[in-house]
Amino acid sequence: MGQTLVQKILAKATGQNYVEIGDVVEPQVSLAMSHENAALVINQFKQIFEGLDFPLKVWDPTKIAIIFDHRVPAESRKTATNQKLVRAFVAEQGIEKFHDIRGDQGGICHQILPENGYVLPGSVVVGTDSHTTTHGALGAFAFGIGATEMASVWALGRVLNVEVPETIKVVFKGKLPKGVYAKDLILHLIGKLTNQGANFKVLEYTGEVIENMDTSGRLVLSNMAVEAGATAGIIAPDKETIRYLREVANYQGEIELIAADPDAKYCDVIEIDTSNLEPQVAAPHHVDNVKNISEVEGLEVHQVVIGSCTNGRIDDLKEAYEIIKGKKVAKTTRMLVFPASYRIYNEALEKGYIAEFVKAGAVVMNPGCGPCLGIHQGALGDGERAFSTTNRNFKGRMGNPESEVFLGSPAAAAATAIYGRITDPRKLMEE
Amino acid sequence: MKVIYKLGNDISTDHIYPGRYMATVLPTETPQYAFADIPELNKLLNEGDKSEPRVIVAGNNFGTGSSREQAVSTLVGHNLIIVARNFARIFFQNSINLGLKTVTCPDIEAEVGDDLELGEDYLLNKTTGKKFSIIAIPPARRAIVEAGGLIAYTRKLLVEERS
Repeated sequence: MGQTLVQKILAKATGQNYVEIGDVVEPQVSLAMSHENAALVINQFKQIFEGLDFPLKVWDPTKIAIIFDHRVPAESRKTATNQKLVRAFVAEQGIEKFHDIRGDQGGICHQILPENGYVLPGSVVVGTDSHTTTHGALGAFAFGIGATEMASVWALGRVLNVEVPETIKVVFKGKLPKGVYAKDLILHLIGKLTNQGANFKVLEYTGEVIENMDTSGRLVLSNMAVEAGATAGIIAPDKETIRYLREVANYQGEIELIAADPDAKYCDVIEIDTSNLEPQVAAPHHVDNVKNISEVEGLEVHQVVIGSCTNGRIDDLKEAYEIIKGKKVAKTTRMLVFPASYRIYNEALEKGYIAEFVKAGAVVMNPGCGPCLGIHQGALGDGERAFSTTNRNFKGRMGNPESEVFLGSPAAAAATAIYGRITDPRKLMEE
Repeated sequence: MKVIYKLGNDISTDHIYPGRYMATVLPTETPQYAFADIPELNKLLNEGDKSEPRVIVAGNNFGTGSSREQAVSTLVGHNLIIVARNFARIFFQNSINLGLKTVTCPDIEAEVGDDLELGEDYLLNKTTGKKFSIIAIPPARRAIVEAGGLIAYTRKLLVEERS
């Protein structure tokens, strides 16, 4: 029987030729990523070693990545002290893939990993963040785990208790119409699947739309796989993956391409023709509450957020820039832009995007998770509504349970900022 | 074991443990913020008697969203058992790792105040007399539970492998 991409990756990571769907395996980890919650991982890691005679050492400091992004710069004494504790641990253990709060190397973990060539096709990547699914875009089996599970990985170098998941094959065919982006595709898919339609399963994205899509767009699709409940969202690596790794990530080592067997067993196949798709939005308070933008056009919006691990890449900023250049953000609306990494921030500076955003009235923030998870920066007031390019619109997500969040593409967000009302970006493209 | 509260579908990790408390990480400190944005439930948990296990009944997709482990440690601290129609994956795995008792019961019918009895493969609502089947964790995945959680299990493996 043929194997899916994930079966093949798990077989390789367990030193076997074949693993069956449903088998419980313990794959070796190629990369183990944490952010600020490394503070909790360290706490749990120390508990594992408590009373044992072994030296307190991680299994392989070259395979651990720690990126500060959730609360940067620190919003509180507690966070600052946790970050200090993590820095000390990083130094003590010799962890090299550490990205501190710096203008020359920092950013959101799910952008830092790909752009530095830390994620390779065919590898197993775990992260203490649900959006670790992002890295499936490069052909890795990448999934989110909890802090205690990460502590176990730091100790043993493998993940215990992984059930080989089933895969749903998603075929995107047709053309991408003007004003429709990867974000619209994934929202549309989540609307079809529901927010638990892929629970415990993997989404594998295929089809001509994916073949023609660059890695930046693929990362959006894999990032939001978890919003359908999926363990991972994977794309078979191809020549675009090689281009990205060589040209963008500057990775010069070996790259092994891997693909599903032609007779691999999928639990479901979903075909979507994208040719007639219109821009999509997720309405409050669930990501699967997906509508055509025309159904909600005109709703007043108090805050527009462009950025995040979903849509804070240079192409996203370019989409927004092209719509907003020469125009102004509505007086009734705040527009917040937070690039996904300092590398992107610098590129956006060079290309003049940042200057144009500021001129239009937007506030450009430092790279990080920012308003997306409502910890600091950009909280909403009671009864306010946001339109955001982020990935979640749960009640209270942007810091206030008495507010609403709509999700959409950077182009739709920029158009919305100009009018202060939800706006179909295609209207501004025709002018 | 008594049902003390009933929740609907898609209770996310933001409901269970709002993002603004994420800087608090220690399992000893997280329980105070359980369901902070549902003040009635937060009060019930913080002021109630934790000596006996108490049950919260929920619908589909409990624990959807973030991988934040605080969403599990906060419930462990209140000595809760969560009965839901099903659970989101990361939350479910975190529950196994941290020893939060979860019961997957696709047809559960229970109201606040009902008395439940948990068997090997069933859940009995003693108040209504109705019995429901439950979905057990596959045997191959029980090692962590049987070892008393992932920290204990990892310690055991570490000792075996490094000795």
